[in-house]
Amino acid sequence: MKIGVLLKQVPDTETRIRIADDASGIVTDDIKWVINPYDEHALEEALKLKDARKAKEVVIFSLGGKGVDQRIREGLARGAERGVWIEAPENLDSLAIARALAAAVKAEGVDLLLAGKQAVDDDNSQVPAMVAEILGWPQVMMISELQIDDGGFKATRDVGKGVRQVVEGRLPAVISCDKSLNTPRYASLPGIMKARRKKIDNKNISALGVDTSSDPLVSHGNWGLPPERSKGQVIPGEPKEAVKELVRLLREEAKVL
Amino acid sequence: MGNGILVLCEQEGGQIKGTALELLGKARELAAQLGGSVTALVMGTSTPTGVKGAQQIWCVDGPDFQAYNTGPWARAVQVAIEKAAPALVLATSTVATRDFFPRLAARLGLGLATEVVDLCVVDGQVLGRRPVYAGKALYDVRVSSDPAIFTARPNSFPVPADLPDAPAPEALDVALTEADRLTRVVDTLAPETDVVDLTEAAVIVSGGRGLKSKENYDSIIRPLAAALGATPGASRAAVDAGFASHGDQVGQTGKVVNPNLYVACGISGAIQHLAGMRTSKVIVAINKDEEAPIFDFATYGIVADLFTICPLLQAEIEDLD
Ligand SMILES: Cc1cc2nc3c(=O)[nH]c(=O)nc-3n(C[C@H](O)[C@H](O)[C@H](O)COP(=O)(O)OP(=O)(O)OC[C@H]3O[C@@H](n4cnc5c(N)ncnc54)[C@H](O)[C@@H]3O)c2cc1C
Repeated sequence: MKIGVLLKQVPDTETRIRIADDASGIVTDDIKWVINPYDEHALEEALKLKDARKAKEVVIFSLGGKGVDQRIREGLARGAERGVWIEAPENLDSLAIARALAAAVKAEGVDLLLAGKQAVDDDNSQVPAMVAEILGWPQVMMISELQIDDGGFKATRDVGKGVRQVVEGRLPAVISCDKSLNTPRYASLPGIMKARRKKIDNKNISALGVDTSSDPLVSHGNWGLPPERSKGQVIPGEPKEAVKELVRLLREEAKVL
Repeated sequence: MGNGILVLCEQEGGQIKGTALELLGKARELAAQLGGSVTALVMGTSTPTGVKGAQQIWCVDGPDFQAYNTGPWARAVQVAIEKAAPALVLATSTVATRDFFPRLAARLGLGLATEVVDLCVVDGQVLGRRPVYAGKALYDVRVSSDPAIFTARPNSFPVPADLPDAPAPEALDVALTEADRLTRVVDTLAPETDVVDLTEAAVIVSGGRGLKSKENYDSIIRPLAAALGATPGASRAAVDAGFASHGDQVGQTGKVVNPNLYVACGISGAIQHLAGMRTSKVIVAINKDEEAPIFDFATYGIVADLFTICPLLQAEIEDLD
């Protein structure tokens, strides 16, 4: 079995976001780029299936601009075999991205495609399910448990209020991963050395048959920061008095009790 | 050009949820500017109660539509979109809509904007306001397809008090094909408690590493939450230490919450935690370190030992009734 993993480069979650002067996006100078945290769980699950000898090969697919090859290389260092880097312009909408990834996945021919449940930059959570539709494959998004056996899968997802659904289907399938699925491994030193010689295929998005010239279906502008939360008040006094005052403020001033 | 608004409404035990009413209220306001009527689409029941603000109600019922499953739900919403030919489709952002809407959008070649926190009409076009980078930034989003699809985060809009009752529901027939049955739901594991989901909760009490143990979390946070009618939450440090489960985590890599009141106990206020709860209307911080970053954005703070404060607060709340 061959497993594909969708991997996206995002700013580190520690990043203090700054808005560009023309409000068209964020300032990307001095950003530390990392693998999207949820994609680390997707990669880990693929590597675990390989460790359990259920898969032979793990291939990373990543779309984006500068630095993406570095993130793929980090994934290779953790144990993936190969990478596919689709170089693409900024500001594509999710459907165009999904079309490109689906075309690359189809050309490669994988039995299972794993992804993170969302990318922590644009927080869209759209691409994996779109890829599933384009390929005509079953999908389960945001899973917390996965079993792969005899050409089928059984996955568990949290549907809210702690209710969990167990979903079955046949492979090939697209599955997106929540963080409770596993604990991602670090790259080992030998892993990092080996990754240097592993192959990253470079593909151009137009060669994958995706038209990037038409206007996006979804477009954005007028970026801004959320309203500053003003520093509130610290309630002084002995614990008993402070608690009484807090409850009074919650009832009378904030009116939330 | 499509006309009118189709609203996918959540129900529970046949009762329309508050998340649906807030969307129906918003849809009415938008329809007054865009023209056309509001159609409510309800899955998994033929006798929904409490639907307001819609000119018609369509119900999709039957064994395939009761529990959420990707294929049948995507097909049902597709049938409703084709029949209503709306200009705008609205839904609440839930696990279900995050699962099937992108799939349906890809099928129909439509644009989808997820998790908006505001919607308005500018020059006859719908504009959404959407948080990105876990709420550290926001942008205006436009969808140029016809219809445009938006999902909204729960608790984004007030429910108008004067929403008129809706007429009797009609059944919407949905025929499924093989392609809609690629997955089967084979089991549903019920929750231990019956609290409101974190993403919809109006009050949340969260515990952090300061709780020190699962026993303390259970004996301090849970009863305080129960007294406040709140849903318990946790920081990542508390989840990683096993005090609470993964589904309880608030933050950039947990749930993004939007309550009226968020009480943070023994939580330092890391940027990734703030990302998940910064839109809370009122934040209360209980922390013994006056330098903790949480005090920079808490509405009210008490600098003291949470093991003293939390039980006092619980008793004070219980005395209110
Ligand atoms: C990629 C990534 C994603 C992340 N995602 C999230 C996320 O989604 N959610 C999240 O929460 N974090 C997330 N984090 C982790 C985050 O950076 C912090 O480590 C975490 O939020 C800290 O949790 P805490 O506040 O409970 O613990 P700490 O930072 O250790 O704070 C504990 C606080 O408790 C106080 N305290 C201790 N004892 C008492 C007492 N007796 N009485 C009163 N106060 C006391 C201390 O003064 C301290 O301020 C993420 C980190 C990374 C790198």
